Amino acid sequence: MGKFNFKQRYAEFSALSAKEKHTFWKEFFINNSLYIFLVIAAIGIGIYNPKFFGIPSIVNMLSLTAANLPIAMGIAGTIVLTGTDLSAGRVVGLTACMSAAFLQAADYASKMFPNIPQLHPAVMILGTLLIVMAVGALVGLVNGFSVAKFGLHPFIVTLATQLIVYGILLLFTNMNGNNGAPISGLAGYYKEVVNGSILHVGKENVPIPNYVWYALVLAIVMWFIWNKTRFGKNMFACGSNPEAANVSGVNVAKNTMMVFILAGIMYSFTGFIEAARIGSNSPATGTNYELDAIAACVIGGVSFVGGIGSISGIIVGVLLLRIIFVGLTFLSVSANLQYIIKGLIILIACAIDMRKYLVRK
Amino acid sequence: MQNDVLLQMTGICKQFPGVRALDGVSLTVRRGTVHALMGENGAGKSTLMKCLFGIYEKDEGTITLEGKEINFKTSKEALENGVAMVHQELNQALKRTVMENLWLGRYPLKFANYIDEKKMYKDSIALFEKLGVKVDPHRTMSTMPVSQRQMVEIAKAVSYDSKIIVFDEPTSSLTEVEVEHLFRIINMLRDQGCGIIYISHKMEEILRISDDVTIMRDGQWIATEPASELTMDKIIKLMVGRELTNRFPPKTNTPGEVALEVEGLSAQYSHVRDVSFQLRKGEVLGIAGLDGAGRTEVLENIFGIATRSAGTLKLDGKVVQNRNASESIKNGFALLTEERRATGIFGIRSIRENTVISSLKKYLKGGLWLSNKKMIEDTDWVIKSMRVKTPTQETKIRTLSGGNQQKVILGRWLLTEPEVLLLDEPTRGIDVGAKYEIYQLIIDLANRGKGVIMVSGEMPELLGVCDRILVMSGGRLAGEVDAKTTTQEEIMTLAAKYV
Repeated sequence: MGKFNFKQRYAEFSALSAKEKHTFWKEFFINNSLYIFLVIAAIGIGIYNPKFFGIPSIVNMLSLTAANLPIAMGIAGTIVLTGTDLSAGRVVGLTACMSAAFLQAADYASKMFPNIPQLHPAVMILGTLLIVMAVGALVGLVNGFSVAKFGLHPFIVTLATQLIVYGILLLFTNMNGNNGAPISGLAGYYKEVVNGSILHVGKENVPIPNYVWYALVLAIVMWFIWNKTRFGKNMFACGSNPEAANVSGVNVAKNTMMVFILAGIMYSFTGFIEAARIGSNSPATGTNYELDAIAACVIGGVSFVGGIGSISGIIVGVLLLRIIFVGLTFLSVSANLQYIIKGLIILIACAIDMRKYLVRK
Repeated sequence: MQNDVLLQMTGICKQFPGVRALDGVSLTVRRGTVHALMGENGAGKSTLMKCLFGIYEKDEGTITLEGKEINFKTSKEALENGVAMVHQELNQALKRTVMENLWLGRYPLKFANYIDEKKMYKDSIALFEKLGVKVDPHRTMSTMPVSQRQMVEIAKAVSYDSKIIVFDEPTSSLTEVEVEHLFRIINMLRDQGCGIIYISHKMEEILRISDDVTIMRDGQWIATEPASELTMDKIIKLMVGRELTNRFPPKTNTPGEVALEVEGLSAQYSHVRDVSFQLRKGEVLGIAGLDGAGRTEVLENIFGIATRSAGTLKLDGKVVQNRNASESIKNGFALLTEERRATGIFGIRSIRENTVISSLKKYLKGGLWLSNKKMIEDTDWVIKSMRVKTPTQETKIRTLSGGNQQKVILGRWLLTEPEVLLLDEPTRGIDVGAKYEIYQLIIDLANRGKGVIMVSGEMPELLGVCDRILVMSGGRLAGEVDAKTTTQEEIMTLAAKYV
């Protein structure tokens, strides 16, 4: 579609004057400076510690990306609508603890719900998944309804709902005499389905965990939703200009609610995977996940200007953020310093992103 | 006194990446005169003024004010040196009061650092009295209609005691009565010895108010002549560089049977009361009236984005509800809104997404996915049939000129296959050449049997394009006239009926 017509692009480039070529390269370097910086940084880390490019390290970064992808893809929709969602991390926590509590091993001594009937593993897993999806969707509905019908800013709405969800999460983990203790002793089939591996790579025979494939499937589904459905096109329109969307026959309120509900469902996927990945879940699970997710979206070009973003950008954003985290660990940078570097990278990424949308005078 | 040169701009050049916006333009403004600056959109008028005002830095050329060379770096510097500008787009702090906007950046102080509210209020009252503006200085900006906000902006420019005042399309949101008021203010300033630079597309105004006229085209100076020696045709010829024998295309459409019947339409949240009329197939029906007469509100109520309190709509004899935009679109209605940027375009999205947004249902295949191929085809059709000037379909719509944006939105509505088109100020902020094309499109639509309702504040346009004209006044229908036989005076009389 013209986008990849390099021959034509090269011809256009050759036609530019020397000054214009200079501007072209300047723009190119500024707009892609994050990626360029990252490639240089990665090479540097690789020289410092060659294990960084080892298969185990790469698989590790990929798995971390996969685990954090669904929540980022969910939150991205709310950012496209010029909003945000602060409740994401707490929904991950709640759905993770619920998944863990429902899927404890039959012979585990301190089960939270000893009376849950032990059905076929597939029924157990699908049943649990459906329940947590419904919970995520419900939180999303409350968020979306408040934003769309009361005209509140998503920041305020989700600031409130994240507290409510956290309260529910604390109540849940105190049920049946659990008293907030970590929920562990997960059923073997649950761990196998999420953490197991059908593909091993490299000489070391490193297993790629199954949840990488789930994240991939979710990404494909989300790509279709964003690019190939009316809902997706309407979402971008609402984010770009809600007034015009209303005049054009788009039901802005319904669309806003759907974006938040879809986001809630995405958080519950992350929660479901996170529970098995961590193995031992407490109310602290998921804390501040929304901040990493928002940062990843912004780095990946989902702009707070509204109406802009792509699934591929989000994947790149999540991946970059993980590479940075893992890379800093490889360089044995202290955890305290890591926060500062993380913060700076987000700030710079936002500034570069904003530069594209500023109207030059 | 009359020949005393106040402002002299010589050989001004300004280069933007890839465009030469100004190419050796000169402008001479004499003391105590109104100098009109004309040219199509993109001719460089606003750029020239921004170079004067210090918003842009000129690349070449000199500017002298009263014989002294000046080169303002900021608009504050310009204001302090007696050059003020009324901008085309209002940049006001809407949540603040009138007087806070009026004295912004130069609040009167007492006790070194406290704002003297009393003096501010007194000065505002004095200024408004001098100019005959009836506005409460304590009123919040956002609660006032655009025209009154515009008057505040004009008052602000006057309050600087400037020698040069630039008016950049000041009348685009003013009613005829307010335009008269503005002209009185301008005449007063002229008599005080100010130099006025007046930018406008409206030729009737220019010929009435100005002493000299400078015409620009494609960033170049074309001519400067006394207004008394110019005619409308001559100006158009100079502006477009070719003969435009007619401002309006020939009216080839013939109204057929009744398409839309509106009976007893009243609005819940605005002052529109008991509006009834009929629209025929293949007819262009104009709605005239002063600003605030309820013209836009009538269209919004028909389209269902404003709430009706009473009234029925019948399309081809069948009652239609039109409770919201999507239902109206389904029923065969389309609404081109007045404020293109606020309620029309999705600026950051591509032309294609802007065209297909109202008819996405058409592109579903298998009930779920959208067909890219069909969307590309239809967007191609819009670009060709509307003659949109754009490099690609992927181009962001906000990079197009106003006229081209308007064509894209018209195309959006044509893709919904409407029977009734409601057009609210379809040519606002569009240059002469593009206006003609829009008129032609409207008449073509009528030729294809569509019913068109067109709201406009420019009477010549209504007279030139419409078959019948409804005149509204104070939210009610004041009368109906035949566009072929009526006069502007008759319409004005009707428009003032219920004020």
